[in-house]
Amino acid sequence: MQEVLPTIEEWRAEGEDIALATVVKTTGPAPRFEGAKMAVTRSGKLVGSVSGGCVEGAVFEEAQRVLRSRKPKLVKYGISKESAWDIGLSCGGGIEVYISPLE
Amino acid sequence: MSNYEKIKEHIAREEMVARAIVVHAPEGAAIGAEMLVYPDGRTDGSLGSAQLDQGAVAKTLELMQRTGSKTYPIETPAGQYEVFVDVFPPPPTLLVFGAVHIAIPLVKFAKECGFRTRVIDGRQKFLTKERFPEADELIEAWPDEIVEQNVKIDANTYIVILTHDEKFDGPALDVSLPSPARYIGAIGSKTTTANRNERLRKAGVSAKDIARIHGPIGIPIGAKEPAEIAISIMAEVLAVKYGFDRPKE
Repeated sequence: MQEVLPTIEEWRAEGEDIALATVVKTTGPAPRFEGAKMAVTRSGKLVGSVSGGCVEGAVFEEAQRVLRSRKPKLVKYGISKESAWDIGLSCGGGIEVYISPLE
Repeated sequence: MSNYEKIKEHIAREEMVARAIVVHAPEGAAIGAEMLVYPDGRTDGSLGSAQLDQGAVAKTLELMQRTGSKTYPIETPAGQYEVFVDVFPPPPTLLVFGAVHIAIPLVKFAKECGFRTRVIDGRQKFLTKERFPEADELIEAWPDEIVEQNVKIDANTYIVILTHDEKFDGPALDVSLPSPARYIGAIGSKTTTANRNERLRKAGVSAKDIARIHGPIGIPIGAKEPAEIAISIMAEVLAVKYGFDRPKE
């Protein structure tokens, strides 16, 4: 949280609409730990990371949907090759990311 | 005040707090309920039912001992939920005895890794802001004055003793060993370490307490230069922080 906090504070001062994405579960090898965070604004800014750059783009898109719906969402990536998710993690692991509007 | 703002205030005050969030719920139930949990078991908010709240508090208090964040399944009569517990721990402290040359890069690296740093030495000319620009606190004291100085050593404190002179090691260990410090490391060769341990044994220090001291300090990487030795020490401190430390042969 500490790594994204200063930027989030700047955005809040500027009146940005912000969504916070947090890694809540990892399976197998994962590039980032549970609790790793990325924040996204409706205007398109981004800080922090939830993977080694593998799923940030997809999380950014999901965060935009969450900002419109105002409903939190749990998204899973790279669980298996057969899964419905077409965005994988090259390390072979899986992560679950919780995205919610930051109030 | 939102949970985000409350967490932000706790981080600023360097007080531990955790946020529990329902991230998975049985069919038809909503996710997103949040509750803040404090180290003394107090809570703020609710996850939606007493079972969920009690389950989450128990898991959170357990997790606070190790820090970190984790998702837990919690069974309720309404079905299985998953609660993510996000612990926001205060920054750890690196307490360095001896404002020696290795302490200079060590304080830099520790700061970079998110540690508060405090350097203790009785010699004013070594304990300067010029030598330690990143240090959060420079404490001018001889080790045996630490108790009087009331230097806080808690379970989130990592102690590195760089004095490698028994006149100073001894008092530094005297204040470190009875403390709940998470890590105690003392610099010195295998011979110095063996001599020190023997001295402590004769002084009546328990084998358990002696085993708490990481010595020779640092993970073995063949380090020679001060900065390299500091990396080896910092690596050992981080290994302990993340529960990766292994007993030395």
